[in-house]
Amino acid sequence: MATHEMMTGNLAAAWGARLADVDYVPVFPITPQTEIVEALAGWCDNGDLAARFVTLDSEHSMMTAAGAAAATGARVFTATSSQGLLYAFEVLYTIAGWRVPLVLVNVSRALASPITLEPDHNDVLAARDSGFLQIHAETCQEVLDSILMAYRIAEDPRVCLPAMVNLDGFYLSFTREPVMRPNPEEVRAFLPPYRPPHLGLKASAPQALGVAVLGGATYSYFRHQMHLASVNALTVHQEVAADFARLFGRRYDLVEGYRLEGAEDVLVMSNAFASKGKAAVDAARARGRRVGLLRLRVIRPWPADAIAAALQGRRAVAVLDQNLAPGLGGILFQEVAASLCHAPARPALCSYIGGLGGKNISEAEFETIFEQTAEAGVRGQGIGPVLLYTEEERREMEQLWTTANKN
Amino acid sequence: MAWQRETYKKIKQIPAEEYVLPGTALCAGCGGLEALRLAAKVLGEKVVYVNAAGCFTLLAVYPFTPFKGSWLYTTMGSAPAGAQGIRDALDVLIAKHRLSKEEDLKVVVLAGDGSSYDMALSATSAAIYRNLDFYYFCYDNEAYGNTGVQLSSATPYGAQTSTTPCSLHHPSGAVREKKDLFAIWRAHKPPYMATVSPRHPLDLVEKFARAARFAGPKLFLALSACPTGWGFDPAQTTEVARLAVETGFWPLKEAIHGEVTHTYVPKRRPVEEYLRLQARFRHLFEPTRQEEVIRHIQDRVTAYWEQASAALP
Repeated sequence: MATHEMMTGNLAAAWGARLADVDYVPVFPITPQTEIVEALAGWCDNGDLAARFVTLDSEHSMMTAAGAAAATGARVFTATSSQGLLYAFEVLYTIAGWRVPLVLVNVSRALASPITLEPDHNDVLAARDSGFLQIHAETCQEVLDSILMAYRIAEDPRVCLPAMVNLDGFYLSFTREPVMRPNPEEVRAFLPPYRPPHLGLKASAPQALGVAVLGGATYSYFRHQMHLASVNALTVHQEVAADFARLFGRRYDLVEGYRLEGAEDVLVMSNAFASKGKAAVDAARARGRRVGLLRLRVIRPWPADAIAAALQGRRAVAVLDQNLAPGLGGILFQEVAASLCHAPARPALCSYIGGLGGKNISEAEFETIFEQTAEAGVRGQGIGPVLLYTEEERREMEQLWTTANKN
Repeated sequence: MAWQRETYKKIKQIPAEEYVLPGTALCAGCGGLEALRLAAKVLGEKVVYVNAAGCFTLLAVYPFTPFKGSWLYTTMGSAPAGAQGIRDALDVLIAKHRLSKEEDLKVVVLAGDGSSYDMALSATSAAIYRNLDFYYFCYDNEAYGNTGVQLSSATPYGAQTSTTPCSLHHPSGAVREKKDLFAIWRAHKPPYMATVSPRHPLDLVEKFARAARFAGPKLFLALSACPTGWGFDPAQTTEVARLAVETGFWPLKEAIHGEVTHTYVPKRRPVEEYLRLQARFRHLFEPTRQEEVIRHIQDRVTAYWEQASAALP
């Protein structure tokens, strides 16, 4: 029997790895991810999980060990956050090129400088071009489910790419929610044992992996292969999602529409703060505003068609990026806008930046976003990037200056 | 009692079988490749080479590999971590009966001095700390060779590199002493470690045979006389490698659980004989002789052997 229990996003991630029956867990601690590997350390130690657990000297080493073990034929799970993800950056690209289908959980945390702890998505989105698939989860349940789905998708012969499952630090990592934990037999029916025909270092079948290539034509061939495989993951995701829904009763799509029926204007968000956005949509609907929300879930491969289908013909679209590309604005805004470029009825496009370093987005701010977006829609001209910052937050900052300037 | 070879007493005993085949993109006369060729004769074909960025990365260029065994190129800073992942995965898969014991591989890190002395030192230290069962083969040509011979922390005092030219302010070229990687490794007390030279093949293969008796980290620092980087005719590689040992500049030794034995005690010809063969030291002799620099190099070699002689048989 599946069991319903309260667990944090981090524990849900650990359960995802455990239920996937992984063979190998190379780790390096970093807040707010550490609880995941602590749970796995305990289970590897007491035999609940038949995996080898090894602490490496850095995330760079951790990701190298993870990729090398996957190349040898083991099912591999690992996790990191923020600075750790960036420390491993070179290796993300390297092992994606090895085409090894491991799963990495990233617990989002804003990047230094200034060094901080709470989340935004500059860490995970920095890795958007690495070749890793990316699934961004809103709830603890979705964290666990997405890890199981990620292994299925990543290991599919049409894909063979590593996958990243993202959850927000603190807001999800340390928040308890009711989670339906599938039983291992059900999971085995969904996720067969990992027996890759094309990977595996062994004496009887020597192979050279990660070899150098000379010349752009050879290089491009392999890079094009990665792109095509990543695009395949859109189809594979939908097949896997259908299987998952059949077995577990929970359905996940590439994107999630929330109250999109009859919505004139749509707010686009991702991850845990999308729950705030949904609550704001409910409040705005109650006041008679015809708004909805589109939550981006699979971010690599980029589901351009699903996004365009959900957004074209709307009066206006506001993308609320919980990230900031200095000198440009919101990262996801650019990609959403590009997806709508060829839409016959293109909405007015507004760009907002909020929730950096875990900064709250208040109901009043959401209401302002809806108001400005509606005006942009009427005008037929978008705005942004708008950097969300309230009067109260400004006053708090001034207080800090006063303290800092005291002798 | 002097160090005795037990497995390989005569050249004829070195296996004729080749495991690193010719035709690679490496420079003619590469001393590192010769050292690897000899090592591979003992390692055999059930091997996976885990490579860090460097000259040897060009051994396997798609669609070719010179190895009878397997190969994985990783990064410049994390080849030992790649070895960890492979070793662990092999252990797990064998334990779970998904792989037979006959499929097991020796895991061999293949890295240059730039990786070994600089970028991957943290990953290497961690692998030794974890007592990883692997071989580490460092081909030390005392510079970042593949990028055009820049200073690394393995570059000896007095050598010119493309980033340490002989100049008015720095007449010696490189002004720092070579980092003592052997001592750094030794502080970790791995079960086996050794220095080797391609011009001393029996010493080299014997050490690989001895290392095979130990589980855990087995570290090899191979002198890689480098015609391209050091400036000598490729035909002279063996002579340069020979004089590195005979002048005492490159001591041949091993350490078992940290206890050092010098496996060959040279009569110590003047170090100048070694320096004179190489363009990287030519500024010490032309246009004027830099007596102080040459004496400094000689004094360092002499001091090393005087200190070592306490432990000599």
